[in-house]
Amino acid sequence: MDDATTLKPQQDAPLVVAGRSFSSRLIIGTGKYETYALNAEALQASGAEMITVAVRRVNLSDPGEPRLIDFISPEDYTYLPNTAGCFTGEDAIRTLRLAREAGGWNLVKLEVLSDPKHLYPDMAETLRAAEMLIADGFEVMVYCSDDPVYARKLEEAGCCAIMPLGAPIGSGLGIQNPVNIRLIVEQSGVPVIVDAGVGTASDAAVAMELGCDGVLMNTAIAEAKDPVRMARAMRHAVVAGREAYLAGRMPKKRYADPSSPLSGLI
Amino acid sequence: MTDVRTHERSSEAVLQLTVNGESRSIPAGAKIADLVADLKLDGRKIAVERNLEIVPRSLYGQTALEDGDRIEIVAFVGGG
Repeated sequence: MDDATTLKPQQDAPLVVAGRSFSSRLIIGTGKYETYALNAEALQASGAEMITVAVRRVNLSDPGEPRLIDFISPEDYTYLPNTAGCFTGEDAIRTLRLAREAGGWNLVKLEVLSDPKHLYPDMAETLRAAEMLIADGFEVMVYCSDDPVYARKLEEAGCCAIMPLGAPIGSGLGIQNPVNIRLIVEQSGVPVIVDAGVGTASDAAVAMELGCDGVLMNTAIAEAKDPVRMARAMRHAVVAGREAYLAGRMPKKRYADPSSPLSGLI
Repeated sequence: MTDVRTHERSSEAVLQLTVNGESRSIPAGAKIADLVADLKLDGRKIAVERNLEIVPRSLYGQTALEDGDRIEIVAFVGGG
């Protein structure tokens, strides 16, 4: 959604996904942290209000092992169950129905993957799964390729957020195709959130400067040497990128243009 | 006639289940609620699937287990 032309200076609209408002435009994952305690500390530093979570078998041999919900309360943060590891629409639906039963939430992140080497989404299967989930009453935020054609199909199917990858999951390579991300932003009537590929703060700022409504990241924070500090950096980067987008950048020029007046030189 | 104790020891008295991919036995007549209690998972944010069908939490107490049931019990963990 293109807010840059409609908002007055000093104003920003909240991020609204499926009728829910968020003041933070950063969404973070909860995987790969050394401990859930560190995860919770990073989450607090990030200012994020929404977190992605996975659905997995309970460890029956150790029912006393630490649990995510003891460190990050679903009362305080919006849990966004994902379908990570699912390679078919049926797997994804089975997983999210279990998530809905366990948590009672219908806002979900759909991802249907293809090849473990690049974890690129299988878009035909993703679209099919999205249609099935929406028919089943889910609000679907969808991880997708940066293909504007499929992004439009997903929106037409009723997805509540379009989440194109910036680069392969966990790669930290940054926004590889800003042209496509911008095309998706321009055409979309629902929030566009770059999901995957961010490696450092400037990558998040680039996504926001392209006009994205938010950024979702996991590894960039979890695998930083100091995850809590990186979480704080990401918080600032998302705000900075958003503000720069709303401000409207100066045009790029081919030659220098002095900042000090040329008249009155001694 | 078999007495009660031998009956309890016979194979009909125990159900063989597969729970999260592992073999597990439970006394005949057990419900999902008994299995959940047995596994010390009471009151947790979990979801239970019996033979690929979700068992709503409200039905744990009345859903009887049967021999050969394949049960999945899941919860939320960290993920991206």
